[in-house]
Amino acid sequence: MFVVIVGAGRVGASLARSMLAEGHEVSCLDEDPESHARLEIGLDRSWEDMGGRFTVGTALEIEALTAAGVERADVFVASTNGDNTNIIIAQLAKRRFDVPTVITRVLDPYRAQWYADQGMHTICPTRVAIDMLETEVRAAASRTRGSAGRSGGVDHEDADL
Amino acid sequence: MAEKIYIIIVGAGKVGWNLARELLEKGNEVTLIENDRERYLTVEQELEHNIQYGDASELWVLERAGISRAGMVIAVTGDDEDNMLICQVAKEKYRVERIIARVNNPRNREHFDLLGIRPSVSATDLILRLIEHEVPEYGLVHLLDLPEQHLEIIELLLPADSRAAGQRVSDLQMPDGSLLISVLRDNTGFVPDADTVLKPGDEILAVLDPRVEEDLTAYFGPDRTASE
Repeated sequence: MFVVIVGAGRVGASLARSMLAEGHEVSCLDEDPESHARLEIGLDRSWEDMGGRFTVGTALEIEALTAAGVERADVFVASTNGDNTNIIIAQLAKRRFDVPTVITRVLDPYRAQWYADQGMHTICPTRVAIDMLETEVRAAASRTRGSAGRSGGVDHEDADL
Repeated sequence: MAEKIYIIIVGAGKVGWNLARELLEKGNEVTLIENDRERYLTVEQELEHNIQYGDASELWVLERAGISRAGMVIAVTGDDEDNMLICQVAKEKYRVERIIARVNNPRNREHFDLLGIRPSVSATDLILRLIEHEVPEYGLVHLLDLPEQHLEIIELLLPADSRAAGQRVSDLQMPDGSLLISVLRDNTGFVPDADTVLKPGDEILAVLDPRVEEDLTAYFGPDRTASE
């Protein structure tokens, strides 16, 4: 499978390394040449020696996307640090380049939800964090249930935690 | 603008600020949205309650500004992705009737078109258009573009070696879907008749389907069979 990842930040670079290690063909596009170093974290050989590809360019430039190989991508991942950039380039990948699977990282839950409702495959890390926090807080609440919380007489040792 | 509508402008740079001022002076209700705190405070001294602070690509910021009753949204930030996204949600989520987007990098214009964001305005393109008009060697000037209606009006300078120079209008074989509407000669415009003979240096105005533009310019242009 050929995976094109736009935005080789912490998320994009980790995903790129994992996919390459699993035997997929991986090409990364990032506007910052320094991002290349992030791809090689923990590797004993260079990214290219491992078979990876890296292109420096702006995500919105058709030439850069083409150089990264978008035209024959099986999967396109938009993981730059800009929600709007990700949402726009995901639509380019889908509508202009006809990539079969397009996955978009959107940090803002509201925007992620609306675009998901329109058929976009969005991943919202903020939503995941909110859900996890809610679960933890609810779990804590159920542990204190029956004692009606701190004011209701939880002992001080517990309340300070 | 006879009809007064509620207009939301995103981006309080020079373009947005001046637009807001002009539209307010014409009696419209306007809200400007700016996400840079310092810029917001500067503009707020003049526009007061007509500017709000926030990132308009966060939907609640648009909602707080009352987007559901807006008749027009104008996105003129310095960031093309933001302008595209804001106009897309304005049009498709909030069903705003009219949108206008600013294109910062003219190479991004095709993306605006792909996402159905029209009209979009690029200062670079406008200046290029003016250069074409001021420097007639460029040959072709677009006077009016109505891409949705498949219609445009162009101005074209007949070069000395134009195949059409010296021909009577009735003998012209212009491509189907194009029509000669007037001729500018010695700073005077006139509507040609069948007996008018075209001369090198004439500027002709034609109405046409944009799809035959290339054929038309090739027909009136110099004999360039060797070049390109």
